[in-house]
Amino acid sequence: MDAPVTLITGTRIGIGRHLAEHYLRLGHRVVGCSRAPVDWTREGYNHYGTDVADEKGVKAMFSAIRRSYGRLDHLINNAGIASMNHSLLTPVSTVSAILATNAVGTFLLSREAAKLMKRKGYGRIVNFSSVAVPLKLAGEAAYVASKSAVVALTHVLAREFAEFGITVNCVGPGPLATNLIRSVPKQTIDRLLSLQAIPRMGTFDDVANTVDFFLRPESGFITGQTIYLGGV
Amino acid sequence: MPHHDDDMRQVVDLIIDNVNQLKNTQGLKAPAQLDSATALFGGDGFLDSMALVTLVVAVEQAIEEKFGTNVSLADPGAMSQEHSPYRTIGALADYALRRLRAA
Ligand SMILES: NC(=O)c1ccc[n+]([C@@H]2O[C@H](COP(=O)([O-])OP(=O)(O)OC[C@H]3O[C@@H](n4cnc5c(N)ncnc54)[C@H](OP(=O)(O)O)[C@@H]3O)[C@@H](O)[C@H]2O)c1
Repeated sequence: MDAPVTLITGTRIGIGRHLAEHYLRLGHRVVGCSRAPVDWTREGYNHYGTDVADEKGVKAMFSAIRRSYGRLDHLINNAGIASMNHSLLTPVSTVSAILATNAVGTFLLSREAAKLMKRKGYGRIVNFSSVAVPLKLAGEAAYVASKSAVVALTHVLAREFAEFGITVNCVGPGPLATNLIRSVPKQTIDRLLSLQAIPRMGTFDDVANTVDFFLRPESGFITGQTIYLGGV
Repeated sequence: MPHHDDDMRQVVDLIIDNVNQLKNTQGLKAPAQLDSATALFGGDGFLDSMALVTLVVAVEQAIEEKFGTNVSLADPGAMSQEHSPYRTIGALADYALRRLRAA
């Protein structure tokens, strides 16, 4: 069987779930994970209850992928959490949790994926940052720090993995109607949108289109790049 | 530590003192009558997010001066209103007291 194997983190809901369905429609064999169980299933989809910040769990998931498929073509580091709060009101436990999922999780999954991709000398890794980074969003210090770390990892891992035929790129969406931003006040969202060249909410398809571009075999000379959506 | 109701009253008074100080020094617009039921932040609250930060930090410092304990009143649920410890003066006092006891 030659269908590509695509691992997407954070597929229970939101962008991750949409991407899982998108790549299933394109004929990929899709593996997904989240901390809580999923309430949906699809032919060709395999789910793991894995926390991306838990090294043991992540390693076990990769062992299972190696046993079941013997390969990995694509990794999409979508799992992420956020917290909207002034830094003076932010407990350090919140900062640690955000850094663990967003930054450490991206590192861990990329490291384990590269080991598996290296066998074939081919791979595509796509990370998730946010327009909150270039916009230096006040009220999201921990989130912006974690998503800046993701951009930094994208730069460095692109160099380290280049010799294995693996590209590492990053997409930075603007506001998109998911659970992640449901508690952000409307006026904050409106202010954010007004800072974009194209002042509208992003859609799942805007994100999928960008990820498609990075995953294409023809994109082998594109690595270490971050594309922010909406013209930020 | 003295009796709970007594502590609670002391912390409520301490918060009211700090609101009044911010009224005088920073021109904070607050209701004339303040008690533990007064809404602070979100809904009918009179604080905007910057004033909330200022008040919470002032209360942290006042608690350290009064009780000799350094507590952190930061809370991850601050901006999501339902369970926020910043809803009312009473909620903030209760939260501060729980932090004080846990310290
Ligand atoms: N929505 C936006 O406006 C926006 C804007 C810019 C960037 N982004 C980025 O886009 C990505 C997806 O966000 P979204 O809006 O789809 O968020 P979402 O709707 O909140 O979904 C997040 C997904 O990640 C999973 N997840 C969270 N922590 C995890 C962990 N430690 N281990 C494994 N899975 C975990 C969640 O499932 P469990 O809770 O079950 O683990 C869920 O499936 C994130 O990286 C986010 O930062 C979003």
